[in-house]
Amino acid sequence: MNAVKRILGVLWIILGIATLIYLIKMGISEIARNPLPGTKVQWGTFIVIFIPIAIGLVLFGYYALKGEYDTENRVD
Amino acid sequence: MASTSTNGIRRIITASSLGTLIEWYDFYIFGSLASVISTQFFPKGNPTAALLSTLATFAAGFIVRPFGALVFGRLGDMIGRKYTFLLTLIIMGGSTFAIGLVPKYDTIGFAAPLIVLLLRLLQGLALGGEYGGAATYVAEHSPQGRRGYFTSWIQTTATVGLLVSLGVILLVRHLLDADPARSIEKFNDWGWRIPFLISIILVVVSIYIRLKMSESPLFQQLRTEGKTSANPLKESFGHKTNLKMVLLALFGATMGQGVIFYTGQFYAQSFLETTCHIDFDQAKTILIVAIVLATPFFLLFGGWSDKVGRKWIMITGMALAVLSYQYLFRQLLNISDPAGRTEVTANKEIRSSAAFVGKTRNLLRSSSTIRYYEDGMIITETKKDTLYEAGNTSLKPVTEVSKKLGTADYWKMIGIIFLMIIYVTMVYGPIAAFLVELFPTRIRYTSMSLPYHIGNGVFGGLTPFIAVLLTTISGDKLSGLWYPVVVIAVCLIIGAVYIPAKAQPVNE
Repeated sequence: MNAVKRILGVLWIILGIATLIYLIKMGISEIARNPLPGTKVQWGTFIVIFIPIAIGLVLFGYYALKGEYDTENRVD
Repeated sequence: MASTSTNGIRRIITASSLGTLIEWYDFYIFGSLASVISTQFFPKGNPTAALLSTLATFAAGFIVRPFGALVFGRLGDMIGRKYTFLLTLIIMGGSTFAIGLVPKYDTIGFAAPLIVLLLRLLQGLALGGEYGGAATYVAEHSPQGRRGYFTSWIQTTATVGLLVSLGVILLVRHLLDADPARSIEKFNDWGWRIPFLISIILVVVSIYIRLKMSESPLFQQLRTEGKTSANPLKESFGHKTNLKMVLLALFGATMGQGVIFYTGQFYAQSFLETTCHIDFDQAKTILIVAIVLATPFFLLFGGWSDKVGRKWIMITGMALAVLSYQYLFRQLLNISDPAGRTEVTANKEIRSSAAFVGKTRNLLRSSSTIRYYEDGMIITETKKDTLYEAGNTSLKPVTEVSKKLGTADYWKMIGIIFLMIIYVTMVYGPIAAFLVELFPTRIRYTSMSLPYHIGNGVFGGLTPFIAVLLTTISGDKLSGLWYPVVVIAVCLIIGAVYIPAKAQPVNE
C-alpha cells in the first residue's frame, strides 16, 4: 500500500500543476471574451484562491512521494 | 478526559447547535433572496453596482470564509472556544439584522450596495469562524466512543439552517396579503426584510444561552497548564507534521464533502428551477420535504461512525455520488419532460393582461397559455413584451415556462433529492469528529477550520457556478455534473488510500 501511496504522489503533483495552468488559461480566455469588471472580479478571485490550493495539492503529492503518509510514519 | 454528564452534553449540544443553525440561516437567506436583493441594491445596467454585487457573491464565500477560519481559529486556540464562537454569533447576527435595515439604492444611492457588501463580508467572516468552534467545543465535551454521534448534531445545522431559511421565506412570501400575487409583490418590495430582521430574536436567545456555557474542559486544562499555543497559525501550517494532515483533510475529505453538500442541495435546487422549470413554490417544497426526511440520517451516520469508523462511511457516500449523479439528474429531467403525456385539451386556457410600466405610457403585455395533463401536470408558458408609446414592441419577447408536477411525479422528485441528501448525510455526518480527531487540542480550532471552509466554501460553493459554466459551454444540460463527479472522484481516491482508518484520541 505504501508503494501505491508514493506512486500516486506523482499524479497529485501533475494534477496540481495542470489545474493551475488550465485555470489561468480559462480565466484569461473568459476575461478576453467578456471583458466586464464582474468577469474580471470572478476569475481574478478564482485564480487568487486556487493558486495556493493547487500549490497545496502539489505539496500533498510531494509529501506522498516522500513517504510522509506511509503507514509507519503516520501519527495514528 | 473528564467527559461531561448526559444532561450536560445535551445542554452543550443544544447551545452550540442553535447558534450554528442561526448562523447558517443568516448566511443562506442572503443567497436565497439574492435576486430580490439585487433589484433593491444592485440596479441592472449600472456597472459599479454590478461589480459590488459580484463581490458580494464571490468574495463572501470564497475569500472571506477561509479568512474567517484563520482569524477566529487562531483566536479560538489562543483565548478559548467559548468566547470566540460567541463573538462570531454576535457579528453574524448583527450584520444580518443590519442588512434588513439598509435603505434602498433609490433612497441613498451607492451607499446602499456598499453597506450591503460590507455586511455580507462580515457574514462570511463570522461563518468562517463559527463551525470549527462549535464542532471543537462539542467534541471536546464528548465521551470517547460517542463523539461521532454528539458532533453529528452540529452537522445537522447547515442543512436545517437551509430548511429554516426556505421555510421562513416561503411563509413570509405568502402571508403578507390575502391575494397571492399581491403578497409576492409586497414581499419583493419590503417583505424580504422580515427574514433578516427576525434573525435578531434568535441570535439574542442564542447569545444568552452561550453566555451561560463554560469553556471546553480540554482547552481549560491546557490553559491551566500553560500549554496553549502562542502562534496557532505557525504551528498549524508552518510545521510539516501538522500541515500534511491539513492537506489530507482538505483533499481527502472536505473537498468531496463540500461538493456533495452543494450538489445535493443547492445545485439540485437551481437545476429544478432553471433547467427543469419546476414551479418556484413546488421546487422549494420538494427540497424542504427531502431535507426533513433525510435530516435524521446525519445522526444515524454520525453515531454509526463511532462503531465502524468515520472513513468508510464518508468514502461510501462519495462513491455513491460519483456513480449515480448522472442517472439521478437525468431522472429529474425525464420527470419534468411533458413528452409522452396526454394533454386535456378541453381545459387549455389562454390569459392575457396589459399594464402601464410605472408612470410611462409604455405597456407591458403578458400572455399565458396554461396546459393541463391527465397525470396532473400543469404547464404555464408566459410571453411578455413591451409595447412602447412610439408603437414598436420590444425586440425579443421574454418567455417563461413554469411546470407544476402531478402528485406522483412530485413524490418521485422528492425521492431523488432525498437520495442526494442521504449522500450529504453520509459524508457530512461523521466529518466533524473526523476533523477533530486529526489535530491536537492546542491548534485544533485553526487546523480544522481552514480545510473545512476551503472544502465547503471554495470547492462546494463553486459548484453551481462551474456547473452552469460547463452547461453553457457544451449545451448539454447534464454536462455541469462533470465538476462534482471529477472533484469527488479525486477526493474519494485520496481519502481511500491515505486516510487512516483508526481515529486518534482527542485529549492527547
